[in-house]
Amino acid sequence: MNGVHDMGGMHGLGPIAPDPNEPLFHAPWEARVLALTIAVGAWGRWNIDASRHARERIPGPDYLAMTYYEKWLAGLITLIEESDLMPAPDAPRASPPLTAERVPAALKAGGPTLRQTGAAARFHIGEQVRARNLNPVGHTRLPRYVRGHVGIVERDHGAHVLPDANAHFRGECPERLYGIRFAAAELWGQDTRDSVHLDLWESYLEPA
Amino acid sequence: MTDHDHHHDHGHGQHPPSDMALRVRALESLLIDKGLVDPAALDAIIETYEHQVGPRNGARVVAKAWTDPAYRQRLLADATAAIAELGYGGRQGEHMIAVENTPTVHNLVVCTLCSCYPWSVLGLPPTWYKASPYRSRAVIDPRGVLAEFGLTLGPEVEMRVWDSTAEIRYLVLPERPTGSDGLCEDALAALVTRDSMIGTARLAPVTS
Repeated sequence: MNGVHDMGGMHGLGPIAPDPNEPLFHAPWEARVLALTIAVGAWGRWNIDASRHARERIPGPDYLAMTYYEKWLAGLITLIEESDLMPAPDAPRASPPLTAERVPAALKAGGPTLRQTGAAARFHIGEQVRARNLNPVGHTRLPRYVRGHVGIVERDHGAHVLPDANAHFRGECPERLYGIRFAAAELWGQDTRDSVHLDLWESYLEPA
Repeated sequence: MTDHDHHHDHGHGQHPPSDMALRVRALESLLIDKGLVDPAALDAIIETYEHQVGPRNGARVVAKAWTDPAYRQRLLADATAAIAELGYGGRQGEHMIAVENTPTVHNLVVCTLCSCYPWSVLGLPPTWYKASPYRSRAVIDPRGVLAEFGLTLGPEVEMRVWDSTAEIRYLVLPERPTGSDGLCEDALAALVTRDSMIGTARLAPVTS
């Protein structure tokens, strides 16, 4: 979706203002939101792509005004509401899948997205490709600022879970993922040797 | 204008609305009541990111790469495996790539679409990394962004910006500071800053 979350290349969003003495959490509730998101996520009722899509569906003006963990809380509530996780009022008490004992192993395992498929790569290292001009209303990881632009394939990452499908519970649909180098001159008309590198799935690309 | 309004208007979120703590507590109580989360698991998750997983992990990787040429080669060839040698990996570090700074190449990591960050080696991201100003401008004006961190690069330095659009996470291998020749690995690790591994800083020369 062409939301405000897709902000690469925008001007005017303010100074960066790094705070060298920033605490890890600004208030205890931020830590609880982080932990709740991970712990409730362990039920497996959704996935990381659906989580990202829940946050990017926050209305644009609100998204820009909210802090990071405010967005996480809003996203978590959306995910719970849209799932069948919440038991009926008279249902017996559930048993959480993520206990304290299982936390180290669960965080250590993470959620790898590399998948084995038999499919041959459509593009090869050194080849010129164009990012397609796709404007889906659902989730995608193809930023607007590269659409229509030409880059060079630099890496072949193998097949990875496709967010565009997984975020909408249409399956993992693993697809080849490539590291693509775009010249800053191509993207922004800048007279430099600088470059911007993105990881893009095969269906985001066409020969150029 | 009330104090609350003042803070909210300024957006990037050091001071969220005071009702956030209450809202989070209400959600946490409901989820615990229903048996959907284990409160001890929440504490264990927070403890992990407060005390175990943070930028000191990445600093150990960098220091080892500086002192062990074979390790540096392994890190640049397969960062996920090389980082796992030191015991780090898992959530938000499942698929890692290390990019090396040199006198003529400077790398910078961003996530324009959300806030993807290599948690396994750097811990949780700072607020500025997650906020709109950095996410929007890092790809179109990386040199202007670095200037806001007090870093000016000459025209002889090529900038490479890595936009984390997939589940590949990037770690910058900073240049070893001048004057650090005699230092052991532990002492070198103590020199490595979080920002140098994101690419928003270079390491200062060591003066003795």
